Amino acid sequence: MAVMEDDLVRQDAATLASAIARGEVSSEEVTRAHLDRIAEVDGEVHAFLHVLNDEAMESARAIDARRAAGERLGPLAGVPLALKDVLTMTGVPTTCGSRILEGWRPPYDSTVVERLRAADVVILGKTNMDEFAMGSSTEHSAYGPTRNPWDLERIPGGSGGGSAAALAAFEAPLAIGTDTGGSIRQPASVTGTVGVKPTYGGVSRYGLVALASSLDQPGPCARTVLDTALLHAAIAGHDPRDSTSIQAPVPDVVAAARQADVRGMRVGLVRELSGEGYQTGVSQRFDEAVKILTDLGAEVVEVSCPNFEYALAAYYLILPSEASSNLARFDGMRYGLREGDDGARSVEEVMALTREAGFGPEVKRRIMIGTYALSSGYYDAYYGSAQKVRTLITRDFEAAFTQADVLISPTAPTTAFKIGDKVDDPLAMYLNDIATIPVNLAGNAAMSLPVGLAPEDGLPVGLQVMAPPMADDRLYRVGSALEAALVDRWGHLLIEEAPQL
Amino acid sequence: MTSITRAEVEHLARLARLELSDDEIDHYAGQLDVILQSVARVSEVAGADIPPTSHPIPMVNVFREDISRPGLAREDIAAGAPAWEDDRFRVPRILDEE
Repeated sequence: MAVMEDDLVRQDAATLASAIARGEVSSEEVTRAHLDRIAEVDGEVHAFLHVLNDEAMESARAIDARRAAGERLGPLAGVPLALKDVLTMTGVPTTCGSRILEGWRPPYDSTVVERLRAADVVILGKTNMDEFAMGSSTEHSAYGPTRNPWDLERIPGGSGGGSAAALAAFEAPLAIGTDTGGSIRQPASVTGTVGVKPTYGGVSRYGLVALASSLDQPGPCARTVLDTALLHAAIAGHDPRDSTSIQAPVPDVVAAARQADVRGMRVGLVRELSGEGYQTGVSQRFDEAVKILTDLGAEVVEVSCPNFEYALAAYYLILPSEASSNLARFDGMRYGLREGDDGARSVEEVMALTREAGFGPEVKRRIMIGTYALSSGYYDAYYGSAQKVRTLITRDFEAAFTQADVLISPTAPTTAFKIGDKVDDPLAMYLNDIATIPVNLAGNAAMSLPVGLAPEDGLPVGLQVMAPPMADDRLYRVGSALEAALVDRWGHLLIEEAPQL
Repeated sequence: MTSITRAEVEHLARLARLELSDDEIDHYAGQLDVILQSVARVSEVAGADIPPTSHPIPMVNVFREDISRPGLAREDIAAGAPAWEDDRFRVPRILDEE
């Protein structure tokens, strides 16, 4: 079936890629349609910080020319993508949502970008995010919040709210996020899209501006499970430039997504990630999804991870500690903003003035928490204890994975909240990541996919699937089986129910 | 765990090279206190017999081949620098006056 031109932005990446490959539509036409859509709706949504109008059209035309010349291209060739503004791309502004990097154009490509180029994916632009990925709402961007396409008064999640909103607003069929405590999965959950945090070390961190190096992980985002798998396969794999990159073959996530079969799989419900604190409609849609998995032939068991209770506390010590150290590089000397250099002030004064002017409130809070937690006298009680909790959480996962092949939970305790509701209440904001954080501490792989709208507010609910390290393929087996059953029930993807912008 | 004072926030800001305003110090003192009280509970379960985890996937001695490869071009670095002079980063004086 030929792809209708006026529909191009509503197609998924796999459909677009095969239409382009068959010559039914050109990458130029597909790219033009998405750039037009961005021009039309991004004034309201504000998913993008920088749009690569000319560059995207140029790469689309180059891809079309190579195909016309008979070259065989990869499975996503010619398909447009939105890139989170925390990954470097040569000559393209990379702000991390911060004033301190305003106007900085990196002189090198991140490995993720290098692989996207090698896969002939067309990069449309850089997406908005909480400053240095610190936040769960994208309200902590120095360039203003992104709005949730389901309800423009609400947050699109964070930190990767821009990437998730770009998908939900049909501005791009593919996006890249990064997930340190839930920054891919929670935005996916509240925007009715799909996002995967691969196993730590599965996708290279080279060229990813570091927040917390032992937790950060880039990953794929899309509107369908198969598209997410195709993007995962394009960006994953060993990279000698990242010393924490895993030297092993990437699990066959695309085959798993096509398999879409959960018969005989053991699915573990995590007792500690449900009940109190979870919105009624979130629990309801989650329970219905569990029933579907059972009907599809999965064996559902309950598992207990008693130390997950301490995950949030451990995370909010480990993350600020690593962040306070990583963000020391923003000192106004070699790149980015410099403030107060009047010829009289010392380097220390200029650094303090630069960081005061360049960082927003959440970044300052976390830098100070981290500085405190790493101070002599407090180190053992705070950072040292948090590292021990990390061991306990990893052990909880190991025990749970002896009883189940994957674990599931709601991705986030609530649907999208109103912009402004939690912006100056750090603890309330941190609770958004209560179900996503344990995975980052243990280094596992996890996915969020939409399982319906909460009846009380009509907003999307996400289900999280968690797999052991290097078993990322299991996420796709479960995700695609559940997605197919839900599409069967609804007659379409959930995202089709999003209001017209 | 002690609660955090205004003076401590000032001290932390100094260590972290943040020139906070008085209003910010007041505002953050309350917030940091709430956050630190909340995260302090990690010590409840962190027994002496539990080894710490610093990294989710343990790896040791990751080497790459020792072969030279091109670095970044000087003009590209200069383009991103806040101040550049005589082919170098220009920085403020590094010693205090007193």
